[in-house]
Parts: sequence; C-alpha cells; structure tokens
Amino acid sequence: MKRPVIGQSVVQAGLFLLLLLAVPAALPNEYYLSICILGSLNAVIAVGLNLLMGYAGQVSLGHAAFYGLGAYATAIATTRFGLPIPVGMAAGVTLAAAVAWIVAAPTLRLKGNYLAMATLGFGIIISIVFNEAVDLTGGPSGYVGIPRLALFGYTFESDRSYYTLMAVVLALVVLVALHLMKSRTGRALRALHVSEKAASSLGIDIAAHKRFVFVLSAALAGLAGVLYAHYLSFIAPASFGFSFSVQLVVMVVLGGMASVWGSVAGAFFLTALPEALREFEDIDILVYGAILVLTIMFLPDGLAGGLKRLGRKLRRVGVDHAG
Amino acid sequence: MPANTTPCAPLLDVSGATVRFGGIHALTEADFTIAKGSVTALIGPNGAGKTTMLNAITGMVPLAGGAITLDGTDIAGLPPQKRAAAGVVRTFQNLEVFTSMSVLENVMTGRHALTRYSITASLLRTPGFRRAERACRDAAMDCLEFVGLAEAADTPAGDLPYGKQRLLEMARALAAEPKLLLLDEPAAGLNSKETAQLGDLIRAVCDRRNVTVGLVEHDMELVMAVSDHITVLHFGRPLAAGTPDAIQANPDVIKAYLGEDD
Ligand SMILES: Nc1ncnc2c1ncn2[C@@H]1O[C@H](COP(=O)(O)OP(=O)(O)OP(=O)(O)O)[C@@H](O)[C@H]1O
Ligand SMILES: [Mg+2]
Repeated sequence: MKRPVIGQSVVQAGLFLLLLLAVPAALPNEYYLSICILGSLNAVIAVGLNLLMGYAGQVSLGHAAFYGLGAYATAIATTRFGLPIPVGMAAGVTLAAAVAWIVAAPTLRLKGNYLAMATLGFGIIISIVFNEAVDLTGGPSGYVGIPRLALFGYTFESDRSYYTLMAVVLALVVLVALHLMKSRTGRALRALHVSEKAASSLGIDIAAHKRFVFVLSAALAGLAGVLYAHYLSFIAPASFGFSFSVQLVVMVVLGGMASVWGSVAGAFFLTALPEALREFEDIDILVYGAILVLTIMFLPDGLAGGLKRLGRKLRRVGVDHAG
Repeated sequence: MPANTTPCAPLLDVSGATVRFGGIHALTEADFTIAKGSVTALIGPNGAGKTTMLNAITGMVPLAGGAITLDGTDIAGLPPQKRAAAGVVRTFQNLEVFTSMSVLENVMTGRHALTRYSITASLLRTPGFRRAERACRDAAMDCLEFVGLAEAADTPAGDLPYGKQRLLEMARALAAEPKLLLLDEPAAGLNSKETAQLGDLIRAVCDRRNVTVGLVEHDMELVMAVSDHITVLHFGRPLAAGTPDAIQANPDVIKAYLGEDD
C-alpha cells in the first residue's frame, strides 16, 4: 500500500490555516477582526475541552478557571515581577496545567453529575480568589497595564498581526488534537468514555489517561488565557466565571461532541452570536441555556453531526432521483 | 495419585477466594485452577458466583480473602490494567463493546499495552509511530480474520448484531495477546449453528493460538464439547472439579442442576 508522506490531518490543518488567513480580507472593518481573535481564543479552549468532554466523556463546568489562571499568571509575572513575556506565558500555561494536575486526582474519580458539581465548585473557588485577592489580582475592577504580546523582538501591535498569530496557534492546536485522537491515547480515551471496565481489562490505566487529558485541556485553556491577557492588556474576573464555563460547554455540545472541527465551529458561532443578539445582553446565560437544550433535543451530535446527516440525506435524495 | 490431577502446571491458581457484597456471599473460599494449554470451564446455576470469580481474577471486585497466582506470581494485589499486562484478559457477560468506535478500532484498542510510542511521537507522526500503528492495525486485522469479522472492520461496533459483538469482544481480547483468555458466557444469544462455530473457535484459540481459555458458560453441550476440565460452582463454593465425563456422572452436580430446575 502506498502511504502519503504528508498525513491527512496535516493537509486539513493546513487548509484550515489558509482559510483563517483569508478571513480578514472578507471583513468589513477592524471591529470584526477582534471578534475573530476572540473566536480563535475560544476555539483553542473548546478544542481542548472537547478532548476531555467529547472524547473522554468527562464533564468540566470549571474550565473558565484555567483560562483565568493563565491570564492572571502572565499578567502578574510580566508586570509586577517584570519577567519577560515568554516567561510569563510559560508560567501561565504551567500554572493552569499544575492546578489541573492537583485537582485531577480527587475530582476525576467522580462520575457524571458529581464530576460536574466538583468542577463547578472548583471554578467558583478560583473565581472567588480572582475577586478577593485584591492585592494580587486587582479584584473585581480588574488588572490593567498588561504588555501587548512581543516575541523575539516583534510586537504584535496591530489586530491584524495578532489575528495571524492566533490563526497559526489555532491551526496547530487543531493538528495536535487530530493527531492525538488518531493514536493509542485517543483510542484509550474514547474507550474509557464508553466502558471503563472494558478499557481497564485491556490494560488501559483509566486514572492516568483521565488525568492526562484533564491537564492537557487545562493547559490549552491556560494558553488561550495568556494570549487573551496579552491581547486585551486588561483582564477582569467576570471573564473567567461560571457563565463563561457554561459558554464553553455549549460551544462543545453545539459543535458536536468528539468532533474537533465541530468545536471550532461552535466556538466561532457562539463568539459571534452576542453581536447578533445585543438586546439580550442581560439574559445571555438564558440564551446559552436555550441553545444547549435545543441542540441536545434536535442536534444530538451537534453541528458536525447535523451536517453529516444532512449530507447523507441529500446524497440519498440524489440517489433516489437518479435511480 | 488421584485420577483428576491436572497434567501440566497450573497457569492460574485461585485458592480460598472469598468475595462478599454486603450480606451476600458471592464466593466463599473458592478454589479454581486452570492448567496451562487447557480449555477449562467454570459452570454452575445462575447466581453461583461465576462472573464474580472472573471479576475477582481480573481485579474488578476486591477479595475479602484468598490468593490468586498467574504463572506462579501473585497478582491479587494488582489493579485491573496490570493484570491485563500480566496476561489475563476477558470478555463480558453483558457486552462491553466500545460502541462509538469502529470494529477495527475496538480491536486496535485491545493492543494498547503492546503498541508503544510516546505522545510526542504520535503528535509528530514519526517513522516509529507509523511503524507501530501499522503493526497494531495488521495484528488487529489478523484477530478479526481469526474470528471471522474482517469484513466488518470499518463498521461502527454498535451497529453489529449481538452475536457478532461477542465475537468482537473475543477478537479485542485476543489482540492483547493474553496468556489466559476468560470468556463470560460467549454463547449467550447465539443460535445452535453459531454456537457450534464458537466451539470450534474456542478450541482454535487454545490449540492454534496457544492461549489458555477459561470458559464460563450455561450451554452444556458446548461446555462438554470443548472443555478439557470443568469446575462446578454452587452458591459460591466449588462443588466438583474434573473431566467432562466425570462431571456429567457426578451425583452432586446432577442434584445441584436438577434442584435448580424445579
Ligand atoms: N456488584 C454486585 N453487587 C451486589 N451483589 C452482586 C454483585 N455482583 C454479583 N452479586 C451477587 O453475587 C452473586 C453471584 O453473582 P454472579 O454474577 O457471580 O453469578 P453468576 O454465576 O455469574 O450468575 P449468572 O449465571 O446468572 O451470570 C449473586 O447473588 C449476585 O446477585
Ligand atoms: Mg454471570
């Protein structure tokens, strides 16, 4: 059998990157570009959360906390301690991953609703810390003066340059997710989702795999957090609370569980949605709840599954007409 | 020497196993040995403790007492995944197929412990990764061919009919290259033709693939046809052990089974 030198996932991620890079040309003004940047940041988190939820079947209602830990860590490291930005970013990702590592052991032993409650509680605790540790975090009014991202002597001053960076980061994250899921680790995660009994009977270390995917998804949320902080230069606890954790879950469910591309679509859709629904500002959590319920009722495998089914139906119609 | 001494060294030796669920004594000081290279059946009426015995052997329920050795080494303290690595792999009475995956992926998952590469290698798609994945796929296909499911390799496992899901579990377990394969009621839900084919398959696992088999089964015709040795459990205690002929003639066994029927 002939084997292609460049894998299918690399080609897909490459085409995706080209698509992302083509988007700015189609946008009417700069404002939409900032939405695209936020969309890519959310997509990075959603792809990571989907590895945990969609593939491994472990719910997290506290992922906004890891996003916030990344953001605050680099903010404090680069301003208060005057550390270089790359060091601050590494600190942010590491802190998110380390905290996930610590909470993984007691938390991931729980299942279903109990796991949801535990991660929810964790998210609330971290949120309280962001609000109450005023000396460190600036409290509810937020943390200002975070330097704009600069790497290797280049400052990502314009939104255009920041978006280019985000496009590359997102395409790489997508590629990592696709490759990881098409490996023994991905099979093990999908297996334990369906039957922990059977997975462990085949030599799969359930606890180690759950912890790995939890830490990985937290690290990706932390990565999005540091990039968010160095993009906006200002962060506040409200961005990292329960409401955002719910939004992230909705992105994953709406996009389609266990679909990397679905999560990307879900993240961009839900990031753009508030722009379309400005009147609903105060009841946004209700809107997200409604989307969640409607998705579960009518699109059980999300946008990705819905499109797949639509494609099959259309093909069948085509065949019927032809035949 | 007693007539029913096993010819070879035991591969599996369970002695004095006791398992309780609250007040229920699922196993009480039960002994169970499986000779290397044999097909050994574990039979008994419903609720006798057969599945509990397999759960105890594979580390899925804790022992309140007793010892389990595999090839002479104590495995009683190991978690399930380490017992699999030590060479004991099983199928399940209530199917535990990975329904969200394809048939082939299910079997490839069975080779988890044998497919070795780092996560970095899988992200970078290194030559070592590609080689290991190809080997995993080839070995999995071989197992699917062995049980006669090669055609269905790309089918979603959840779409397979019941009987084929049982074969899939067997292929998945064989893919792990166990020393001991434990089958929990593999003939449940099969028709008589399928059951006969299953019998041939079980013998082939033992004779051609050199995997020792522990068989929990209610279908006596199948048990008598394929087993080298039979242990009978009754209310969590071993009632008798011996060759199929000896077991069929054993008055205690006959009484236990007849007693259950009325
Ligand atoms: N997890 C459990 N919790 C409580 N009781 C259990 C559990 N597992 C088994 N039992 C009980 O232990 C006893 C033995 O059950 P087991 O499943 O081992 O029987 P079995 O011989 O496999 O029966 P069958 O032929 O019906 O499969 C039964 O009384 C059963 O109800
Ligand atoms: Mg049973």
